Amino acid sequence: MAAEDLPSEFDVVILGTGLAESVVAAAFSRVGQRVLHVDRRSYYAANWASFTFNGLLTWIQKQHEEESQPEEPQDWSSLVEEGEELIHLSNSDSSSISNVQVFCYTSEEEEEEEVEEKCLNTTEEERGGVDEVAVKETSETECAEPKEEMTEEADGTADREEEASHTEGQEPEADQPAPSAAQSQSVPTKKKISYAQLVKEGRRFNIDLVSKLMYSRGSLVDLLIKSNVSRYAEFKNVTRILTYRNGSVEQVPCSRADVFANRQLSVVEKRKLMRFLTSCVEETEEQQAYRGRPYLEFLRDQQLGDNLQHFLLHSIAMVTEDTPTEEGLASTRHFLRCLGRYGNTPFLFPVYGLGEIPQCFCRMCAVFGGIYCLRHSITCLLLDKDSNRCKAVIDSKGQRISCSHFVMEDGYVGADRKKLATPTRLISRAVLITDSSVLLSDSDQQVSMVTVPPIAAGCPAVRMVELCSSTMTCMPGTYLVHLTCQSVGSAYEDLSPVVTKMFRTAESPEQENCPSVLWCLYFNVTDGSGLEVEGYDLPSNVYVCSGPDAALGHDHAIKQAESIFQKILPDEDFCPPAPNPEDIIYDGDNPSSSTGEETEGAGEEAEGAGEEAEGAGEEEKQQESLQTEE
Amino acid sequence: MHGRVKIKSTAQQEEEKRKEREKKLKIYVAARDACFSKRKEGIWDDEALQLTQQLLSSNPDFATLWNYRREILMHLETVKEEDEVQKIYEAELSFLESCLKVNPKSYGSWHHRGWVSARLPRPDWARELSLCDRCLSLDDRNFHCWDYRRMVVKVSGVPVDQELGFTDRLIGSNFSNYSSWHYRSTLLPLLHPESPEPPSPRRERPHSSPPPSPQTHSHRVCEEQLLKEYELVQNAFFTDPNDQSAWFYYRWLLGRAEREEMISCVYVSREEERVAVAFSRPVNAQSVGLLLVLDGQPQRVEWRSVHPRFKHSPVWICDLPPGTISDITNEHNLTVHWTEKHTHRDCALYTGRAESWCRDSATDQELFRSELSIEKTSVLQSELQSCNQLQELEPLNKWCLLTIILLMRALDPLGYEKETLAHFQTLREVDATRSAYYSDLCSKFMIENTILKMEYAEVRVFSISDKHLTTLCHLDQLLLVTHINLSSNQLQRLPPQFAMLQCLEVLEVDNNCIESLEGVYHLPKLEELLLKNNKISTLADLQPLASCPKLKCLDLRGNPVTQTANIESALSELLPSVTDLLL
Repeated sequence: MAAEDLPSEFDVVILGTGLAESVVAAAFSRVGQRVLHVDRRSYYAANWASFTFNGLLTWIQKQHEEESQPEEPQDWSSLVEEGEELIHLSNSDSSSISNVQVFCYTSEEEEEEEVEEKCLNTTEEERGGVDEVAVKETSETECAEPKEEMTEEADGTADREEEASHTEGQEPEADQPAPSAAQSQSVPTKKKISYAQLVKEGRRFNIDLVSKLMYSRGSLVDLLIKSNVSRYAEFKNVTRILTYRNGSVEQVPCSRADVFANRQLSVVEKRKLMRFLTSCVEETEEQQAYRGRPYLEFLRDQQLGDNLQHFLLHSIAMVTEDTPTEEGLASTRHFLRCLGRYGNTPFLFPVYGLGEIPQCFCRMCAVFGGIYCLRHSITCLLLDKDSNRCKAVIDSKGQRISCSHFVMEDGYVGADRKKLATPTRLISRAVLITDSSVLLSDSDQQVSMVTVPPIAAGCPAVRMVELCSSTMTCMPGTYLVHLTCQSVGSAYEDLSPVVTKMFRTAESPEQENCPSVLWCLYFNVTDGSGLEVEGYDLPSNVYVCSGPDAALGHDHAIKQAESIFQKILPDEDFCPPAPNPEDIIYDGDNPSSSTGEETEGAGEEAEGAGEEAEGAGEEEKQQESLQTEE
Repeated sequence: MHGRVKIKSTAQQEEEKRKEREKKLKIYVAARDACFSKRKEGIWDDEALQLTQQLLSSNPDFATLWNYRREILMHLETVKEEDEVQKIYEAELSFLESCLKVNPKSYGSWHHRGWVSARLPRPDWARELSLCDRCLSLDDRNFHCWDYRRMVVKVSGVPVDQELGFTDRLIGSNFSNYSSWHYRSTLLPLLHPESPEPPSPRRERPHSSPPPSPQTHSHRVCEEQLLKEYELVQNAFFTDPNDQSAWFYYRWLLGRAEREEMISCVYVSREEERVAVAFSRPVNAQSVGLLLVLDGQPQRVEWRSVHPRFKHSPVWICDLPPGTISDITNEHNLTVHWTEKHTHRDCALYTGRAESWCRDSATDQELFRSELSIEKTSVLQSELQSCNQLQELEPLNKWCLLTIILLMRALDPLGYEKETLAHFQTLREVDATRSAYYSDLCSKFMIENTILKMEYAEVRVFSISDKHLTTLCHLDQLLLVTHINLSSNQLQRLPPQFAMLQCLEVLEVDNNCIESLEGVYHLPKLEELLLKNNKISTLADLQPLASCPKLKCLDLRGNPVTQTANIESALSELLPSVTDLLL
């Protein structure tokens, strides 16, 4: 049995491959701890993952299947020794994702005539059909829906997808047949990308579940540099900061070059802005006087005009109108500190998407001996009643594995172990595939961060990241747009008003000069920052990592990982610099130069990480570990 | 299972690195010696090319090797077909690229690249330009690359507008870049030359014979483009008022045409039988072909500068042959020709007059606006407004204050005098390290204002007391002045230029800090010198006064020199003409 191939003893067992867990894994492995890192899913990075287009469709599909497979509680009593008690882990994390809704606004086929034909015979009925598909994807309350529907869907992924896209494909024309026909005639050269093309070119997409950016002086970048994990990834500068103001998208001047080149600001405004940006870095008595009072008030009193206030509040500090001054200044300073380290904006984005980052840390862990198994879970903890410590775990194959410490993603914590029934906060997310940029410029390869202040009272402030194809997250000719906000309602309720204001969709056909949405996905995800690590009733050597939080940066996860590491190994360095491959000597049977090459391979190739775990007998699973499709 | 890793100790690493270095050095030295011996033997073969390449790619700053390489290449040119030569040089260019990656500021590599590009049978200039662009995007101040680029642009004839676009790009990404701004200042006059304006009345004067050559204004830019440039540069200095590159460019934009070259004044004195000529710029009268014609007769005269220290001077004097004009009942007509510049000036000495002159006044010439634009007053006015706006926001910015002062001077030097003085005061405070510079500049402007006032009053009296003067300038403009009052300032010396004051009779310089009287030299009419409370400390300091034949009255009270023993007798020996001495 394969299970026997796993060693039965580890220093640390980690369940879940989200960012915090992966950083923890790398940190332990790096200082010589034996690490077993497993994930029940077939892909890395949990809710931090990136998917190809087709992979994302599968993920959407899975969100419905999850509920339908309640684990049959297995009897592990034979593995329990005296003085031990079993703690069952939850084996479903589906509760963290909700309200999944998909819309396709592009035609299914490539042929244009066919599109026109379709638009003639589409009806209201079909539109209704789309809604049904969308609504079916359900909210939390509908978790307990009849099983039949779910299983039916599960039957044939391809069929369902095709069906959905078929109906969806016609949908935009259903509302506005005339203008769309006119559109296709007036711009005959620009052929709209069809759904079939999206699927065909699906591998070119790397669609992140989370939407974050890396502050160039944030804790993640510092850690990547310090640990040398940065060598496993490439990064691109976010090239511009945009904002939505008075119904249009404007560039936010934040660097000296931006301010100089800006055409909207008067020279006096430029001076005021530059002066504010340079002076706010230092603390002054004047700032102290505004402690506790809104930042907006402070900005107003600095004689900054409406536009400058908007830029500073919404795009640079990225806070709300009632945020206190000290907080607003702190985040303004953070923004400014990050400016100019790598470019004219404070942000970096990893090529191939954010899902790369947890994988890079896993790779580092594997290079230093960590063992990886995907589609492999831990079902139970064995609690030593006397010491209230977790002595061992039982994996999904029924193997007892002893460990000194256990780290897990919060999704695996059973509901009975959560101390407080704090209402979970949610993040609203939308992912759009569009056909052009929200702000045209000389270059079509811009990576833009767009801040959208609340479009009406009570609406959340929305953060938007528009990625171009050179980030390797979308196919050429398209843009991948991520929208994120703290949930007020469902993702659709929160974000679709912004989408229809800034993009051309079936619901907003009048936005003729805006980019068209080809396809979009809405979903809600639990806000990881709302879950406190201490809020669980668990053995003292069990640590919980929360999922992605709503903040733009990665500080929450990195801090969490560091604090877990320091609780367990307070005297060890957290992620010390990894040596260069040529400086590593193996004390295995092949001490010659050939082993050096192997290390390098392990470091640089995706397969390398898998190779490390070959001995664990999870071969076939490992091979698909880093690519989620097929 | 593998994967237990150990990190090599640093000692181990050090040892390995040391060995590595030794090995490299051995190879390097061997290759170098081989190159040298081959060159000695005059071998120009492929192997030598290989060897030098190997060495230069690790050390591109080895000038001798580049020379050897050029020798080889020139030899190959003579023995190979053009196509082959082309290939060799193309390979050379890509080799050079790798050298530039090692050191992007290598003199040797850039020079060699220029050499190769010039010899390449079919050069690909577009590629060279894009190489430069890449280099400049990595370091926009790499002057090696700027130099090379200039060469490429010149040879390949890149259109000027394209180059202007290039500076737009560089300035857009970082405007703290003198090279780009400067480049712009050379391109704009080519692309948007100033339209030929109707000649001003002044220039139409019959005696300024030739029309101003088009060259005089070639570095000017048409107004429409200037306005755009003002806007651009304002964006820069409003964004960062402490960046001087933009301010310097702004000063260039505001600058005006050079002064017309001419004889600005001819003065003749019957008593001294002497002619003094003032020029618009310092010249060497002995070599510019100066011709004096008196009553139709060319005169052989000896021109001399006012002070032996000057080879070039704006004022030159000559003595006429004795008796030529001494008879007061005669009228004389004098013409001075500046043959080199095809210009001349006439002067008539009428019956009964002791002296005469002909000149253009500073006011006529708008002389003191010369540092700023001749643009329409409205343009300057609006520029002043924007600078004032900036100054309100940045009251202590020195560049802004200085520019405001210059604009005010161009607009109305007398009207803005009060503001100008206040701004100078602020400048001295905010930029204390340059306070002496500001004081000198302020002195210059105060003197200019005083000259203007004097001219408006049509007098020959120049009075500027208690104005904190630290220096003297524009003394050539005071050629005709008879009375000067410089008392209660901070002057430390009367410089050699002071000798230009050929008509000076009375000089008041009480209450300064004067240590040197070098310029009180051969002043033919000086009678009275009031030097109370200065710092004249030795008798030798008074030596120049001995050259002033008419000096009668000298006030030396409050100077250290008065404490010298036997001062009175020493003075009467040194200055026998002085009859009225105050000690």
